Amino acid sequence: MDLLTIVIIIGYLLITAYLGYRGYTQTKTATDYLIAGRKAHPAVMALSYGAAFISTSAIVGFGGVAANFGMGLLWLTFLNIFVGVFIAFVFFGGRTRRMGHLLDAHTFPEFLGRRFQSRFLHVFSALVIFVFMPLYAMAVIKGGAEFIAAVFHVSPEIALYIFALIVAAYVIPGGLKGVMLTDALQGIIMLIGMTILIFSTYFMLGGVIDAHQSLTALKSEVPQSLAAIGHRGWTSMPLFGWASTKMPPAGSPIPPDPHNLWWIMVTTIILGVGIGVLAQPQLIVRFMTVKSQQSLNRAVGVGGAFILMMTGVAFTVGALSNVYFHDKEVITCRILDDSVLMDPGPGGKQKLKPISADASDDVKARAKRFITYRLLNEPSTAPPHYVLFTPKTQIERGSANAPDVIRPGLISIARTISNETTMQGNVDRIIPTYVNSAMPRWFGVIFMLTLLAAAMSTLAGQFHTIGTAIGRDVLQQVTSAKPERSVLVTRIGIGIGLIVAIVLGRILGDNIIALATAIFFGLCAASFLPAFIGGLFSKRITKAAAISSVVAGFFTSLFWLLFVNAKTAVGIGLCSKLFHKAVLVPEGWSVTWTVVDPLVIGLPISVIVAAIVTFFTKPMDESHISKCFGK
Amino acid sequence: MLGLEGFGVFLAYVLCIGSAALCIAYGALTWNKGDESIRPEDEQWAKKEKQSDNGLTN
Repeated sequence: MDLLTIVIIIGYLLITAYLGYRGYTQTKTATDYLIAGRKAHPAVMALSYGAAFISTSAIVGFGGVAANFGMGLLWLTFLNIFVGVFIAFVFFGGRTRRMGHLLDAHTFPEFLGRRFQSRFLHVFSALVIFVFMPLYAMAVIKGGAEFIAAVFHVSPEIALYIFALIVAAYVIPGGLKGVMLTDALQGIIMLIGMTILIFSTYFMLGGVIDAHQSLTALKSEVPQSLAAIGHRGWTSMPLFGWASTKMPPAGSPIPPDPHNLWWIMVTTIILGVGIGVLAQPQLIVRFMTVKSQQSLNRAVGVGGAFILMMTGVAFTVGALSNVYFHDKEVITCRILDDSVLMDPGPGGKQKLKPISADASDDVKARAKRFITYRLLNEPSTAPPHYVLFTPKTQIERGSANAPDVIRPGLISIARTISNETTMQGNVDRIIPTYVNSAMPRWFGVIFMLTLLAAAMSTLAGQFHTIGTAIGRDVLQQVTSAKPERSVLVTRIGIGIGLIVAIVLGRILGDNIIALATAIFFGLCAASFLPAFIGGLFSKRITKAAAISSVVAGFFTSLFWLLFVNAKTAVGIGLCSKLFHKAVLVPEGWSVTWTVVDPLVIGLPISVIVAAIVTFFTKPMDESHISKCFGK
Repeated sequence: MLGLEGFGVFLAYVLCIGSAALCIAYGALTWNKGDESIRPEDEQWAKKEKQSDNGLTN
């Protein structure tokens, strides 16, 4: 680690610790504001909400997806702002807060349980959160680990363990709930970082329109595997339509179809997260800590602008990174070897490994050429970097003292292919690689620290939710345990959640951050959204309707994830173990069924079930409804 | 269209900025609306929340 990096890290930690200490001794958490009868400054409230909502998952994971799929991902930013901020703050926030206080609910499962007077709903929703939220926490941890790996040039596994240790040290002793000023400080630093990132990216690429035009012009560089599923360039939406390609007999691979990408991008990535934000347990509880609707109104402006600068910038810069890597990247370095041959395995999909001297002709024929190099500031003991060699790659050898120069001429995803990946690359690595390569070293280090801080505030909320789900919501409800005992179980729950997240991060491999986040958000939306909205806005919805809706939404989504959606069903493998086929979509049906997200099926079913059961069951007791709505 | 080829992407780009502008305008217009006094149930809720926080951080 060079001196500059050490100075930046120590300086950053000292400032954060000082401000965190000041914030802790003076104003503490949102609850303290409420107890004191004071309002948090609207900017502080919005930024702390934003820091809890936005994390490494959004910037690293979804930014990487934008680099791969294109700027159409900005539809997600639109939903983040319009649904996640405007609708959530204006229409949901105040009601959630009022009803939560009237029912004395402190967690989301408790809110549902008390609103519908159902212990089953309370415990069931807590179990869903406890079992599935570690998937989302894993995505956030992995996003942080990818950045650590890129900045410090260590292996992703080591980075994952390092970051997991930091997270454990923070959340297990009790750093669970965001101190608002610290969260807001992280938000401000993120805001500055993202502002520098977007301005320097547009400036480097010749301005807004020139940058977009250069990205449009790269259309011919879309990888064949993406073009086959409907990628039409980074500044166009994928091809929309319902596939006429039919499902083959069981055992045959599912053929790609040019309409697949639209369904993956829109139903999984955009709708899953864009709508799912309304049913995020840890964000819903945050509304209860607000003093009044006025605080929410005031925070809407800051929140909207903040999210634009977070995901809007991440997705735009992610897509534009293709232009940088393809047209502008110059690596000044010491080349170690300009023709290292790496074997991608028989199907071309295994992790790359160097070929041995006595490799067979088959292996030699499929091997890919790489250049290995070290940056000028790296010691000779540092592991080498790998970059793929293609006909567009240019190499300039320096003389004895002058450095060598590589112009890789690759698009973003190809730039991430290395000795640690397959030939498919790693979308989760694109943003860290871009920041590391295109921006000055000091910026890369500060940006990484900021992202890690943002990840910590998100993780604090997530693990608090995971822990209380099992301690307060399940144990206390099922066994009527004393609160002291439930605190212990909460801590154990946090520990289990953390271990599960790390294990998932280790076994799920690359290209997983956005998908894991989208699965969790989609599952929450399909399971909880109709009951939550019904509970907030309708006096007519019944206990039976809420229970049926949550159960139907959850099990429909789970069924779709395990047996229909090809990406998850094949990845999990339960379908092939039970039924000896990749997915349960019958032969002759359109292959589009295999790329439709569970949310698109689960949420409508959940809504319909809630409506039908409400129609056929008696309204809830009037005195209870009066208590819920405060009349 | 700002150098963007597809209308769908152009529309998303504009809507992102437009929705952020809507949020800013809404925040400004409702700056003084929606103030509520703290009710007993709010205070009660906050005290219980604090208790459970303390249980976890101590």
